[in-house]
Amino acid sequence: MSVNWYLIVSAMIFTLGATGVMIRRNPLVVLLCLELMLNAGNLALIGFSRMWGNGAGEIFAIVVMVIAACEVAIGLGIIVALYRRRLPVDVDELSELHG
Amino acid sequence: MTFLFFFIFAGFALAGAVGVVVLRNPFYCVLSLVVHLVALALLFLLLEAQFVAVAQIVVYAGAVMVLYVFVVGYVGGGDHPEPLWRAGTRQRALAIGFASAIFIELAIAVLGTGLSALGTEGIALTANYGTPEQIGELLLTDFLLAFELASMLLLVAAIGAVALAGRRGGIAEDEGNLSPRHGVVDLPRPAATGSMAEGVSGYGVTAPLPDPQFEGRELQQPARAAAEDDR
Repeated sequence: MSVNWYLIVSAMIFTLGATGVMIRRNPLVVLLCLELMLNAGNLALIGFSRMWGNGAGEIFAIVVMVIAACEVAIGLGIIVALYRRRLPVDVDELSELHG
Repeated sequence: MTFLFFFIFAGFALAGAVGVVVLRNPFYCVLSLVVHLVALALLFLLLEAQFVAVAQIVVYAGAVMVLYVFVVGYVGGGDHPEPLWRAGTRQRALAIGFASAIFIELAIAVLGTGLSALGTEGIALTANYGTPEQIGELLLTDFLLAFELASMLLLVAAIGAVALAGRRGGIAEDEGNLSPRHGVVDLPRPAATGSMAEGVSGYGVTAPLPDPQFEGRELQQPARAAAEDDR
């Protein structure tokens, strides 16, 4: 399998994730779609790493995983805080930042 | 054989991604993402990246998705699934157009690249490619700064998540009515469980059993007043 195939699959997953971020309104699902985009990036990084035959791309992928975990922790914390304050869990209605 | 496996795994990964985007119940979205992540880990295995594949399954499909499942269970959203399409907005058409533009751009970039090595399987690998030994050595030599910064970022994120999601009042109506002079023994607890405060006041021995509606709130007069206001 040439690396091209993996990159095309990665592009498809990234596109699906971007679509989801733009059309979904539940912030939980928006976070899930962000995960899709990050994972598409990971797939491309691993593919390039395989192409060059060194491990740098894998280190990049691991760092991306760390950042995704941080993003999930903070994002879910914000969603739980929203829910506790009885704010609507809907990104369309969360247009004001005043506390 | 690799060909066949690639298309099976890529199919599962894409199906999982489609499921995340189109399923209306957030819980099913999370389960769909788990399918996607496992299929992606198998694709990583096809690319000989064993360590990253295992980390993907353990960290992502294991830990992160469990966090998602708990938050979805806490916040909910399955009762009122959002419609995929809100009438009267052009958002979805615009979003799909924009996403198609992204895909076309990426496809042009991949197919029209000058990197001739992209059309091959990649160069011949060394024996330790993708093993924990190689990853560990790289993390502690060439990428030590990234490693340390990532650990610092994780620490900041953990503290931030606790600070954000920590309870600062707001879930129960009567929590705001607790005045500062109430001690910890006055916090709500089930009535007639033999606490020290109840023993001092003779509660449950001489006093009649409370109205079940106010059970657990007997020690808080403001809370009772608030509850009666609600009625």
